[in-house]
Amino acid sequence: MKALKPSWQAVLAIVLCLVAAIWGAMSVPEVAAGTQPTATIEYPYMGTKGLMYGIAIVAAVLSMFVLVPALEALILFAGSTTVALLLLHGIAGFEGTARAPYYLLLAAAWLLGWRCVAVLSSMKPSSRGLATALKLAVPALFGVWILVWWEAVTRGAGIPFILLPPPSSVGVRIVNSLPVLWADVNQTIFHSVLIGYVLGCASGFIAAILADRFVFLRRGLIPIGNMVSALPIIGVAPIMVMWFGFDWHSKAAVVVIMTFFPMLVNTVAGLAASGHMERDLMRTYASNYWQTLAKLRLPAAGPFIFNALKINSTLALIGAIVAEFFGTPVVGMGFRISTEVGRMNVDMVWAEIAVAALAGSVFYGVVALIERAATFWHPSVRGG
Amino acid sequence: MTAVKPAVVAASKLGLTFQTNDGPVQALSNVDLTIGKGEFVSFIGPSGCGKTTFLRVIADLEKPTSGSITINGMTPEQAREKRAYGYVFQAAALFPWRTIERNVALPLEIIGLPKAEQAARIKRTMELVNLAGFEKKYPWQLSGGMQQRASIARALAFEADLLLMDEPFGALDEIVRDHLNEQLLQLWAATDKTICFVTHSIPEAVYLSTRIVVMSPRPGRVTDVIESTLPRERPLDIRETPEFLAIAARVRDGLRAGHSYED
Repeated sequence: MKALKPSWQAVLAIVLCLVAAIWGAMSVPEVAAGTQPTATIEYPYMGTKGLMYGIAIVAAVLSMFVLVPALEALILFAGSTTVALLLLHGIAGFEGTARAPYYLLLAAAWLLGWRCVAVLSSMKPSSRGLATALKLAVPALFGVWILVWWEAVTRGAGIPFILLPPPSSVGVRIVNSLPVLWADVNQTIFHSVLIGYVLGCASGFIAAILADRFVFLRRGLIPIGNMVSALPIIGVAPIMVMWFGFDWHSKAAVVVIMTFFPMLVNTVAGLAASGHMERDLMRTYASNYWQTLAKLRLPAAGPFIFNALKINSTLALIGAIVAEFFGTPVVGMGFRISTEVGRMNVDMVWAEIAVAALAGSVFYGVVALIERAATFWHPSVRGG
Repeated sequence: MTAVKPAVVAASKLGLTFQTNDGPVQALSNVDLTIGKGEFVSFIGPSGCGKTTFLRVIADLEKPTSGSITINGMTPEQAREKRAYGYVFQAAALFPWRTIERNVALPLEIIGLPKAEQAARIKRTMELVNLAGFEKKYPWQLSGGMQQRASIARALAFEADLLLMDEPFGALDEIVRDHLNEQLLQLWAATDKTICFVTHSIPEAVYLSTRIVVMSPRPGRVTDVIESTLPRERPLDIRETPEFLAIAARVRDGLRAGHSYED
């Protein structure tokens, strides 16, 4: 049995480290210090350069020995994270001075992180709790590495703050403006989005039932609903502001318009989804319209209705934020984005974007969880 | 000998023409048939002979275009409104979001029976079809044979005197089918229901029925009605007796005669 089990990520990481070491200076000040040995020039990684190369290479080599996957993942995680943190820490104060070895070393650390994720995803833990933790750890590590690259490149290359602020400054901004962000979330998510979403979905649902019950409504309502859904939001929003005022009511109205139609068409399609045989069965029981609706057609329409609820959860957020660009009190996520862009406070814009992304994901996730519980019987959920 | 029993189904000169895009199709033509109480009548014939259509006319799922039909002396629509029959379809048609028990309860909920009565009927019919212990399972957790048994339980829980079965065992394998046939006969003997049974299979028709109605297509019509001389008590190996084979041969002849190959 062989004691070594090479992985291409680890081998490539070692190669990158060697190339970087031969290349030499990691930053412009270091080059200057090299050419003027007598002058005292401060440069990044004065004391940590060797340490970083050492950790990266040792972690890469160790990971290729035959080890239990958990230990291998731990070594890779520790190695890659330490190198990445040292790199990010050292460049502070020397933004825009990085040279090729800086990126090569970052790439080497990233490859080790990649290998770590690969090892983690191939693990088959015995306990359920551990499996869940792993399921969360893999995308989390993935996300963290996106942030690390973002941070390292914006700082290393000195990208202007206005174009793309590093995530750390966005994070600092979020922590420092929690009250403002909370007020914006309360205004936009808990008023415009949620109220508009509930009203829009409910009215779309009721319209679908009526359209199903009365043929003339089906013929007349669906084409008009189609037209309403095609209305451009930037045209509707100012009109809604005129109708319902500057506060959240007008934004909720925009959300209602945006969410009504997906709910209507999906529910109408869902109500037609039950089979002929099942409907004949209900007929042989002399079941009336409402009994058939409640016991057969609505449950069968469940997957369609939840589809609409999921689509609408993201549409509602977009609608509410965009609608706030057209007149609003001095609070709200859309308002904040439009004004802070004007004041060049891009970190605040990014902070709002991050909060919106988080809120949208949570919203979607909650709807998806309810869907799993409610349509447990559907092959797409029970898996088979 | 069936004439002395009260007629459950009485059809005379019954005809049904479907209007399709390719012109009218005569699904049933001039069907005269009387089914007495307690009979087990099988309808057999090739595809398109109208056997399922006839069952659907009894069930008021299709409207005849000529002739007349009564169920217990009522029109099919009145009979359906009175819930005079239970219908078993080709597939189990169980609702996947309901447990087996709730599926059997479905017709009872629609009638609006009190909960205690529902529970009693569910218990009784689940035992009748040998599904006791599977009440809390979902349909997709059971085999095809068990699903079809659950759908029979659902039709039985209805407690109508007339049971209409449209190729209920068509999709099942031979062994399961034999087993369910045997159970169906026992059930029929135990409950004294009138059963109309549509099938493709000659042995199944002969084994189960007191009377076999042979039908042929284009237009769908009755070509032969065969009274079974077999005793009511029928073990599975009755299918090897000369008497059984003679009836089967007659059914086969009837099917062959009705088959037209001209077109």
